Amino acid sequence: MLKKSLAVAAIAAAAISGVAQAAAARDYISIVGSSTVYPFATVVAERFGRSTPFKTPKIESTGSGGGLKLFCAGVGVQHPDITNASRRIKKSEQQRCVKHGVKEIVEVKVGYDGIVVANSRKAPRFNLTRKDLYLALAKLVPGPDGKLIDNPYTNWKQVNPALPDIKIEVLGPPPTSGTRDAFDELALGGGAKKIPDLKKLRGLKADKAGEIKALMAKLGIPMSVYDSIAKKKGKAPKGKDIFKVVAYSIREDGPFIEAGENDNLIVQKLEATPTALGIFGFSFLDQNADKVQGSTIDGVAPEFESIADGSYPVSRPLFFYVKKAHVGKVPGIPEYVAEFTSERAWGDEGYLTDKGLIPMPKAERAKYAADARNMTPMEMFK
Amino acid sequence: MTSPADRKPIDVVRASLKKRYARERRFRFLGQLAVFSGVAFVGILFITIILNGYTAFEQTDIRMDVYFDEQMIDPQGTRDPQVLLQGDYAGLVKAALRKEFPEVRGRRDKRKLYRLISSGASSRLQQMVMDDPGLIGTTQSLWLVADDDVDMLVKGHIDRTLPESERRLNDKVVGWIEKLESEGRVEKRFNTTFFTAGDSREPEMAGIAGAAAGSFYTLLVTLLLSFPIGVAAAVYLEEFAPTNRLTDLIEVNINNLAAVPSIVFGLLGLAVFINFFGLPRSAPLVGGLVLTLMTLPTIIIASRAALKSVPPSIREAALGVGASKMQMVFHHVLPLAMPGMLTGTIIGMAQALGESAPLLMIGMVAFIVDIPGGPTDPSTVLPVQIYLWADSPERAFVEKTSAAIMVLLAFLMTMNALAVVLRKKFERRW
Repeated sequence: MLKKSLAVAAIAAAAISGVAQAAAARDYISIVGSSTVYPFATVVAERFGRSTPFKTPKIESTGSGGGLKLFCAGVGVQHPDITNASRRIKKSEQQRCVKHGVKEIVEVKVGYDGIVVANSRKAPRFNLTRKDLYLALAKLVPGPDGKLIDNPYTNWKQVNPALPDIKIEVLGPPPTSGTRDAFDELALGGGAKKIPDLKKLRGLKADKAGEIKALMAKLGIPMSVYDSIAKKKGKAPKGKDIFKVVAYSIREDGPFIEAGENDNLIVQKLEATPTALGIFGFSFLDQNADKVQGSTIDGVAPEFESIADGSYPVSRPLFFYVKKAHVGKVPGIPEYVAEFTSERAWGDEGYLTDKGLIPMPKAERAKYAADARNMTPMEMFK
Repeated sequence: MTSPADRKPIDVVRASLKKRYARERRFRFLGQLAVFSGVAFVGILFITIILNGYTAFEQTDIRMDVYFDEQMIDPQGTRDPQVLLQGDYAGLVKAALRKEFPEVRGRRDKRKLYRLISSGASSRLQQMVMDDPGLIGTTQSLWLVADDDVDMLVKGHIDRTLPESERRLNDKVVGWIEKLESEGRVEKRFNTTFFTAGDSREPEMAGIAGAAAGSFYTLLVTLLLSFPIGVAAAVYLEEFAPTNRLTDLIEVNINNLAAVPSIVFGLLGLAVFINFFGLPRSAPLVGGLVLTLMTLPTIIIASRAALKSVPPSIREAALGVGASKMQMVFHHVLPLAMPGMLTGTIIGMAQALGESAPLLMIGMVAFIVDIPGGPTDPSTVLPVQIYLWADSPERAFVEKTSAAIMVLLAFLMTMNALAVVLRKKFERRW
């Protein structure tokens, strides 16, 4: 009995000392953040681990918001060193960072990701506009009298006579996904801007409360929306705030189907249902070009070149953020950043483009690479 | 017509007999149908997984004549390991490919040509030279790992007859591969990488060893904690604890705990073990602690059932010959209950092995290349590896996902079979 309890005590002591060591220092880089940047960051991390004496960084896919939350939680080895994001850091997140002592952050833009609307190769290719997407998928659309009503459309032909006579059925990511945020903003928001009243509303500044309210009445938006935003922000809302609430929401009555975070699943479902459309990242289209085809949006097909030069309208920049206070504390951070920002990684013919990353123009790459090399912190909202 | 009064009881029975037989037949049929549909679903699941995954146990290799050029590895001829580590091994592979296809000109075509061989091949050459520097200056005929796109084409997952624009590999690349095939330089060989390597973003370099090691450490921690705690709790509650309101309450709550969704334990682990105690994220230690919470109720309930099944006569006999209560429990009851406790523990462990939801919260869903060497190194576990691969864009990960599921199922079946064997072998009936 005594021997046994001694053994147990020894194991416990060993475990505790091991943990204490692990907590005191970390010899690998810890990265969190966006699931969109994850496939690119992991490739860099793997090459970095293989070609340098440093350990391979650990990368968690937590989503952009979750990543920034962990990143801004403080300075110290228990907090991540780098976070990936499929959008720029928000003002509120910067304030949270500063509050927790993360005062210097280096922002690195890595390239672009296109969001595609695709269907099976068995069906003809769709030629859509952002306005079509808005009218087909938004929760509220203008009715015959100009007032916003619950989306009545069930068939693509009703949305635009040029489109085929097919039931609207779109598979897309859930609201927790960065892809969904970007789609709401770029495709739906972009389409809503084509409606004159909504465009006017979007342009109104906060001091024109009277005009905003008049337009809201014209569009049939309840005044409670205005009041609730005013209460949340603590000041008078801009027209754009109202616009976001109205335009960035997807209908929930059936034609839009949340298919989960797994883009492979959407591709498989599209293959099985040739009449359906699916929304996912460009890299999945690139890998499955034999099964699905990307619809043209505003006349531009989702291709490598068109996303890189900005003519394809539904694309977004990708970033990662480095905690400067950790440089020198955790080994390998500058080297990892250098690998990511090297031409052989993110260049026009780098290995990241093989994985579907759309590179930035050369001048922009040079600027961000220089900032990353010198670890120039970004300007922060205080 | 006979009036009801004339009918004897035996007539009534006879009349209903047919109905009763029919009812029994129907019930038997429904039961068989239920069993059959259950087996059919499991069969379909297994067949699809095996059909999708069996090809992952093979990997396409390409035989290349690689010249270990001293100029590219060690220009000064020092043979210093530091210098050898820095050599341009990717360049060796490229040179071998250029020699095989001298007609390929132009930057774009050459890039496509270089992509026939996996980027992992260079680390293998590096390892070979580190092990035996005498290779420098010689030409070796080696089987090098092909890129995942080539692998998919050779295995027939990419249709060669499709129009060029719908394929990942264009006609020129397919032509090169066909030339290599006709020379017998392309072969499908057993995929050892899959069992020895950690995760990778290149499907042909990815393996499950890292996740398997992570699962091992996690389960080790779980076992070391949950078995003693579970058995001690069960023994105390069953043999020593007084029956009163408090023990009733504890009993009810143990049953409640068994029904708590596993993600809740993950949140608890995040709040307590990581945020409060400051244990490292993504470590099997924390994973094991969380899974301990999850498996404890299973083990306690199974252990109590095992203790209950030991007949009271054993206890009375032990006490009757003068054993103390403690001696009675530890010398007589516990050994007899042990097989049942072990069965419960193995089933609890199998449950823990297949769990991924609580590990999401504590950072074990991560890309980790290095194989963990201990319970505090960052790692993932098998179900998480399956989840990560299922979410990867590369086509070749589809079969890897199914193969990893097969490995996980094999482990689960072994554990469950072990539980059955233990029960059969050591079970005592009274």
